[in-house]
Amino acid sequence: MEKSVFFGTLAATALVSGLAAAGTLDDVKARGELICGSNTGLTGFGAPDANGNWSGFDVDLCRAVAAAVLGDANKVKFVPTTGETRFTALQSGEVDLLVRNSTWTASRDSELALDFVAVNYYDGQGFMVKKDLGVSSAKELDGATVCIQTGTTTELNLADFFKENNISYQPVNVADDSEAQRQYIAGACDAFTTDASGLAATRATLPDAENHIILPEIISKEPLGPVVRHGDNNWGDVVRWTYYALVIAEEKGITQANIEEVLASTNDEEVKRLLGASGDMAAKFGLDNAAFKNAIAAVGNYGEIFARNIGEGTSINLARGLNALWTQGGLQYAPPFR
Amino acid sequence: MAQGFTRTEMLPAMPPPVSESGTLKWLRENLFSGWLNSTLTAAATLFIAFVAWNSFPWFWHSVWNAGSLNECRQIVTASAGEGATGACWAFLRPWWGAFIFGHQYPVDERWRPVLAFGLLFAALAPVLFAGQKRNLTIILAVVAAFLVLTLYLASAPSLAFALAILGVLALLALAQVQPGKLLWFTLAFPALCFWLLWGGSIWTPIVAVAGFGVLYLVFRLASPVIGLAPAAGAGFVAAVLWWMFVDAPVADALQSAIPIQLLWIASDKFGGFLLSIVIGVTGITFSLPLGILLALGRQSDMPIVKMLCVIFIETIRGVPLITLLFVAAFVLGFFLPPQANFDLLLRVLILVTFFAAAYLAEVLRGALAALPRGQYEAADALGLDYWRAQRLVILPQALKISIPGIVSTFIGLFKDTTLVVIVALYEPLKGITHLVRQDINWKGIYWEPYIFVGAIFFIFCFSMSRYSKYLEDKLKTDHR
Repeated sequence: MEKSVFFGTLAATALVSGLAAAGTLDDVKARGELICGSNTGLTGFGAPDANGNWSGFDVDLCRAVAAAVLGDANKVKFVPTTGETRFTALQSGEVDLLVRNSTWTASRDSELALDFVAVNYYDGQGFMVKKDLGVSSAKELDGATVCIQTGTTTELNLADFFKENNISYQPVNVADDSEAQRQYIAGACDAFTTDASGLAATRATLPDAENHIILPEIISKEPLGPVVRHGDNNWGDVVRWTYYALVIAEEKGITQANIEEVLASTNDEEVKRLLGASGDMAAKFGLDNAAFKNAIAAVGNYGEIFARNIGEGTSINLARGLNALWTQGGLQYAPPFR
Repeated sequence: MAQGFTRTEMLPAMPPPVSESGTLKWLRENLFSGWLNSTLTAAATLFIAFVAWNSFPWFWHSVWNAGSLNECRQIVTASAGEGATGACWAFLRPWWGAFIFGHQYPVDERWRPVLAFGLLFAALAPVLFAGQKRNLTIILAVVAAFLVLTLYLASAPSLAFALAILGVLALLALAQVQPGKLLWFTLAFPALCFWLLWGGSIWTPIVAVAGFGVLYLVFRLASPVIGLAPAAGAGFVAAVLWWMFVDAPVADALQSAIPIQLLWIASDKFGGFLLSIVIGVTGITFSLPLGILLALGRQSDMPIVKMLCVIFIETIRGVPLITLLFVAAFVLGFFLPPQANFDLLLRVLILVTFFAAAYLAEVLRGALAALPRGQYEAADALGLDYWRAQRLVILPQALKISIPGIVSTFIGLFKDTTLVVIVALYEPLKGITHLVRQDINWKGIYWEPYIFVGAIFFIFCFSMSRYSKYLEDKLKTDHR
């Protein structure tokens, strides 16, 4: 009895706070600042430097949303969240939006009452091994010791993969990325497995990067994307379409540098609608009509964000791969802006 | 008749045999007194030599100046040959400020924590070395020198620089004349420290502290009329009313009349050792009085007071600190209205204080139980009331015998401040270190940040331990 009263109260409180937070868009506008749940630090995706300036692939998406909603990409407060605290922070209303390489899964969508509104990075789990191990495929890793972070989906994927291929492995449990790297270099494990983007970043900083290879197999789907609270559809739409605006901008060749030029010269009706030169598309989201133009002008299009933070030529040096536009054989595809 | 020989002068004393004096004797008695000890000594020496042999080159090849980890490695290879390893301390150059103040604390305002840190020792000195003119003078002089150097390095504004140095010199002069009066500075320090670290209007802390003045005033005026306890209650109510209704408007009015303010720095900008020290010092300061009250409450004859204290102590002690931090940081958010989110650091401070207070209460309960019954009876026989008996007879003895326990609780508390990383505060050990490792220039660095942070923690904890040793020796009144 007491228990049900307690849970009743809990539910009522959650409901009240849910109702009160129903208009995240209005809250953000009233506050004049977007609160973005970010990583405590992940190379290339979101990390502050020694003076507290945040940069990264995920960080730029937050800035784009801030530019769209508030007209200023710097009106963002980044609240660092850990793997354990990220979803609670979103549910309890401490952050407006979570952009923190979180994998979209069914249970997170259903049980946790969260909405993944887009996929800004298609990742997948891979393996890195030393070249002199003489292995060219993950299926040859029979009997290998594998460094693996505990308590992650990567751990479950690994078990599935080895079981399906009927081979055995010896897990070496590590707490985080840097420890894994340490163990791997020290030779405590033959292979190191984590998301392919993380592998690339780790490999780039090894003392002898040329002696290590990333195996071709990608053994899981890890769609990473921005997350909002369930039930606040308008806010979800704002975030989703800010992201799509960046993708459309790349598709249409609109960059940070040429945006004014394009706006002045274009005959493309979709571009005009996107940049707020015709119609009132952005206004229908409850935003300023030039919102998406502001977003693109602030951080550049999707391709520019990718190239600047994690793309080829940066230290992390990731190929576009699955994250190329659909027109170039990738999966990044935005619905029409009309 | 045989001629007898009689020595005419004393023989000079012979030196003791070589094996019975000096180093050799010490070695024989302490390290090689039997076959078991000799074996252990040999094994330990070998082990130490092995560790030193293997780690020495790494320390010897330390690199202090480089732009990235790879550059460090190249320098080590160039100077020590292929395959050599060396420590890379160069990450400290770009990240030093982040380790000390947190990466988000505004660079231009870093002189404020530096000043607060120096004044902290000036405020602690009268408590740690009550009335000892010589020690007080030494500490205040060191503080003055420290501030001159660090404020210059942190490029403090010249007005603040001058005021700070003048203030410390005034304290130094006061220490020569009336060392006892320095305690007033200690009492004022929390408000000053708050203002320096967080900033904002200077009137906010002043008007808030005035609440305590209101409490005292009401207590003094009412106690002859209605008695001690009701007067204390009335004073408390008056103070709460002051804080609830008078505080904000008065502070605002004063600020608009005489605007003096520093840039406001929200507490989510705190990090590194600044964060650890803020949490540690606040926890230590407030947990001691709270712990004393809880310990007395647990010994009390009043059943409700006793029960409340027992429940509080056992609940807090029964739950891991990480759980408490997690509850404070995230679960509270479900119950509070969305706009009423009060400061994360404040929540953490409150919980850490409670946590340490519960442990301290148990340490003190042991000390209270250890006092001979005769001490309580003697205090009663003198006609002292409860509070006087505690203050004059019981607590001084109880606190003295529990110094080692209290100090280990404090050291534990200070080290536990690193656990706040679980609620994503950037403490130095895991928080800032993690950021260093996510910096593409330093990714892959492992031991060096840990060693650096560990060394600084060691300095703090070892100083606390040495002070407790000093205090024990000073207060030793038994004749064992």
